[in-house]
Amino acid sequence: MKIKVIVTLKSGVLDPQGKAIQQTLNGMGFANVKDVRQGKYFDIDIDENDEQKAKLSAEEICKKLLANQVIEDFKII
Amino acid sequence: MNSSVIIFPGSNCDRDMDVALKKFGFKNKMVWHDDDKLPQSDLIVLPGGFSYGDYLRCGSIAGKSKIIQSVIDFANSGGLVLGICNGFQILTETGLLKGVLQQNKNIEFICKNIFVKVNNSENKFFENIDKDVLELHIAHNEGNYFCTEDELKSLEDNNQIAAYYCSSDGKVDDKSNPNGAIKNIAGIFNEKKNILGMMPHPERMIDQSLSGEDGSIFFENLLKNLK
Repeated sequence: MKIKVIVTLKSGVLDPQGKAIQQTLNGMGFANVKDVRQGKYFDIDIDENDEQKAKLSAEEICKKLLANQVIEDFKII
Repeated sequence: MNSSVIIFPGSNCDRDMDVALKKFGFKNKMVWHDDDKLPQSDLIVLPGGFSYGDYLRCGSIAGKSKIIQSVIDFANSGGLVLGICNGFQILTETGLLKGVLQQNKNIEFICKNIFVKVNNSENKFFENIDKDVLELHIAHNEGNYFCTEDELKSLEDNNQIAAYYCSSDGKVDDKSNPNGAIKNIAGIFNEKKNILGMMPHPERMIDQSLSGEDGSIFFENLLKNLK
């Protein structure tokens, strides 16, 4: 079963890459871009048919490796 | 004194560290990350570099490698562990040290000499050190130390901040902060002060003709404290 995970920086944590992208967009003429936060996206194929079980595995995977919870949040979709 | 330097795929300061440790009298062994046992050691060093190409987050993959459980057991039993640069990042990823090393505030790879002020010398690493301001070298893209307010408070309360970035005369200010690290933090200890993680490289400052010798002061002093 395929699971998608998005890892983002927690609000309030400095994101210099997002800031640089935002400033570039402003410079390109997209004056309405107020903020950009960059994140990570993972496609994970878990050998499990039960959605509940797959999502529980994914949650453990996120907590143990994919996200550093000091600065990052994760979302399983 | 016996030391061990762990080599991960992508480590690149492992041999510099080996040279430095041997120069000052350690009997050093190199240990591959895929081994599961550590040789008898008085000091374990996680060296600088780009383990696993900095994939996912700096130090995150190395932090799950086979040897790490032995390093964690060694550290928890009071053994001395030193993590430099990527080694510091690995120590935060294993949870042995608090916080995280984020991308430098100015989004630049920084490679230059800096000064650090030793903040706590009641530990094996810095006890009796002759100088409290050391000129060392940094080379990193993710050295911007960050932790939560609660963690910062406990680091300060327990005197766990090892060193601050400072000016050549020891002034800790914004101007001497190279990477945006919270409170100019260049290195921290665990609660028991047997684990030190720091971004600056003492092993790059051990030869007067190549660099400077403040790294020599660090290693000579460390060896003296271990004897």
